[in-house]
Amino acid sequence: MNTVWTMTTGSGTWNPLLWLLAFAVALIVSLFIRSKGRKDYKVDSGQDMPFISGNDEPKNGGGHIPASNMYWGFLESMKGYYKRVVPLHTGVVTDYLIWFVGVMALTLVIGLMA
Amino acid sequence: MRHLPALLVATPLFAAFFMPLIGRAGQTARSLWVLLASVATSTVGLLLAWKVFTTGTVLYVFGAAAAGQALPMDSGGIPIRIIFEVDALSALMVVIASLSSLAVTLYSLVADSKSSGQDGFYSMLFLLVAGIFGMVSTGDLFNFFVFLEITSLSGAALVAFRIDKGVAVEAGLKYALLSTVGALSILIAIGILFGQYNALNIATLAARLQFTMLDKVALALLIVPLAMKCGAVPMHFWTPDAYSTAPSSITALLVVSSQASLYGLFRILFSLYGDVLQFSWLTFGWFLIILGVLSMFVGVTMAILQKDVKRLMAYHAVSQTGYMLLGVGVGLAVLGNREALDAYGRTAMAGGLFHILNHAMYKGLLFLTAGAIFYRTGTRNLNKLGGLGHTMPWTMVFFMIGALAIAGIPPFNGFASKLLIYESVFRFNPFLSIIAMIVSILTLASFVKVFHSMFMGAPKAEYAEAREVPKSMLIGMGFLAVIVVVTGLMPRPFIDHMITPAVNALVDRSDYIVAILGGK
Amino acid sequence: MIRLLWAFPFITVAILAVIGIDAMLFKRNLIKILMGLGLLEAAVNLFLVATGYRQSGIAPIFTNAPDAPQMVLPTVQALTLTSIVIGVATLAMMLSFTMIIYKKYGTVDSQQIRKLKG
Repeated sequence: MNTVWTMTTGSGTWNPLLWLLAFAVALIVSLFIRSKGRKDYKVDSGQDMPFISGNDEPKNGGGHIPASNMYWGFLESMKGYYKRVVPLHTGVVTDYLIWFVGVMALTLVIGLMA
Repeated sequence: MRHLPALLVATPLFAAFFMPLIGRAGQTARSLWVLLASVATSTVGLLLAWKVFTTGTVLYVFGAAAAGQALPMDSGGIPIRIIFEVDALSALMVVIASLSSLAVTLYSLVADSKSSGQDGFYSMLFLLVAGIFGMVSTGDLFNFFVFLEITSLSGAALVAFRIDKGVAVEAGLKYALLSTVGALSILIAIGILFGQYNALNIATLAARLQFTMLDKVALALLIVPLAMKCGAVPMHFWTPDAYSTAPSSITALLVVSSQASLYGLFRILFSLYGDVLQFSWLTFGWFLIILGVLSMFVGVTMAILQKDVKRLMAYHAVSQTGYMLLGVGVGLAVLGNREALDAYGRTAMAGGLFHILNHAMYKGLLFLTAGAIFYRTGTRNLNKLGGLGHTMPWTMVFFMIGALAIAGIPPFNGFASKLLIYESVFRFNPFLSIIAMIVSILTLASFVKVFHSMFMGAPKAEYAEAREVPKSMLIGMGFLAVIVVVTGLMPRPFIDHMITPAVNALVDRSDYIVAILGGK
Repeated sequence: MIRLLWAFPFITVAILAVIGIDAMLFKRNLIKILMGLGLLEAAVNLFLVATGYRQSGIAPIFTNAPDAPQMVLPTVQALTLTSIVIGVATLAMMLSFTMIIYKKYGTVDSQQIRKLKG
C-alpha cells in the first residue's frame, strides 16, 4: 500500500487514500446529521423555497449576479495595480514585438555578463 | 518496432497529406480516416514512450544502414545524419501529446462537424500534431527549428480558421508574426553555433561547446523566443488572443504545443548548455524563476477580471506555465550545489515536469468544456450565461473536475504536482512558495466565478433548449477527466516511472551526449 | 583594409536586420510590418550563406571540380534553402491574413486592429 499510494516530497508525504478516507468519514458524519432532519414538510410551498429575507424570488434568473460584478471588492482594492497593468495589454501587434525585443535585449545583457 | 520514431512523425504527415483526397469521398469517409489516423498516431506515441521508459534512450538515425547506428564508420566519430533521440523527457512529452491529440480528435469529430472547409482543418490539425511530435523527439537543432515552424504555421492557420468577423484572423496574425520573429532569432543562433563548431546535432554541439561570447549571444537568442512561445510574461500578450478565438479543440492542442516549446527551453538550458554554464547556473535559474513568478502573478490577476471564458482560461494557462518555470528554475539554480540538489532540487524539477503533464490534461479538459458550452449556447460571454447546470450535468461535472484540479485541490492531480513545487521551493526561498500559494487561491477564486456564472442559478429562458452535448464530445472530455482523476489518486507510479527518469535525463546531462557519441 | 573585407557581408546582415526590425516595431501599416519581416528573413538567410563562405573556395560539387584548396560549406546552403521556403510560406499566409483583416475591419492600421485587448 505504501509504495504505490504514498507520494513523498522532500519534506513530507501525501497519501490520497488517507484523504479519501477522511473525506468519506466527513461525508458520513454530515449525512448522519442531515438524516436527523424533519421529513414532514410540505413540498413546493413556502417551507421549500429559498429564504431571501422574506422577499419574492426574482423571476427568470433575475437574482443571478453577473460575472463582472462578482469580485468587486478584490478588484477595487487592487485598483492601483490594475491601473498600471491592464493598459499594457493594448492589443496592438507592434507593442507585442517591442516587448519581445526588449526582453531579448535584457537577456543579451544578462547573458553577456554571466 | 525499430522504426517507431520515424512512424511517430510519418503517420500524422501521411494522414494530413491524404486528407483532401479522402475528403472528396464524403464526410463519413473523412471522419473514419481522421479517427483511424488519430488512434494510430497515439498508439505509436504510447508504444514508443513505453519502449523508452523500459529500455532507455531510443536512437533513430534517418538514412543510415542500421537504425541505431549514430556514428557512420567512415566519418571519424562525427554523427552526420538527422538523429531522433528520444530520452525520458522526450518520452514524457510524447505521452502528453498522444493523450491530448486523441482526446482532441474525438471531440472535434462532432464539434466541428457542421463547419465548412473540414479538409483543411483536419489536415492542419495533423500537421500540428506532427510538428509537436517532431519538436520533442528530435536531437538535431535545425530539425527542431523546422518542426517549430511547422507547429507555428499550422497553429496560426488553425487559430484563424473560423474567421469570426475578422477577430480570429487578427489573433492568428499576431500569433504568426510573433512566432516567425522568434523562429528567425533561433535560426540566427543556429547559424552562430554552426559557424563556430561545424555541427547541428545537439549532443555533438554540447560536447564541443566552449562558452565564448558568441555562445552567450546564441544562448540569449535561443531561450527568449522559446520562453515567448510558451507564454512567459512579459511576452505573453499573444496567448489570450490566440487561445480565445481558436476552435476549442485547437486550443487544447495549442496548450500542448506551448509545452513542447517549454521542452525545447529545458533541452537547450540543461542538455546543450548544461556543462558550460557551470558558473552561471544560479543566474539562469533566477532568470527562469523571475519569469515564472511574473507569469504566475500577472496571469492570474488578469484572469480574474475577464468576461470571456476562454480568455480567462488562457490567462490561467499563462499562470500555470509560471509554476513549471518556477519548479525547473529552482532545479537549475541549485544544479551546482550537490546537497541542495539532492535535498530539494530534484523534487522541484519533478514538480515542474509533473505539472506539465497535469496541466496539459486539465487545461485541455477545461477548454473542451468551454467549447461544449459554446457549442450549445453560441456565446462565450460570462455575463450572458447562466443556469446551465440543470440541462448539461455531465459538462458541469467535467468542468468541476478540471477547475478543482487547476486550483490544486486534493485529491486531483494539480494538488500532487503543486505540493511538490511548494515544499521544495519553500526550502529554496520561502517567499516564492508563498506567492505560489496565493496564486493558487486566486485561481480557485476565478474558477468559482466561472462555475457560478455558467452553471449555477435558475435556468435562463434563452438557453432552454441547450441539451447535453453529443456523446463523442463527452467521450473526449471524459478521457481527459479520467486521466486527471487517476493521476491524482495514484501519483506515485507516474512519478516513479515517468517523471523521475525525465528529471534524471535533465540533471545527468552526460547521458544525452553519451547516447550518440559513445562512451565517456 | 583588404583583409577586413570578410566582414562586409556580416555588416550588411546587421544593417538589413536593423532596418527590418525597425520597420516591424515602429511602422503602423500592416503591409510595412510584413515588409520588415521580409527584410529580416533576407538578413538571416544572408547571414547563413555568408557563414559558409571560405576564401577562394569553389562551389561544393564534386563532379569535375577544379583544383582548389577548399570548397564553401554546403550545409548552410541547405539551411538557407529551407529557411527561404519557410519564409515564403509564412509571408504568404500572413499576407492572406492581412487581406481578410482589410476586408473585415476596413483598415490595415495596426493601432486600430485591436479588438482583442485587456
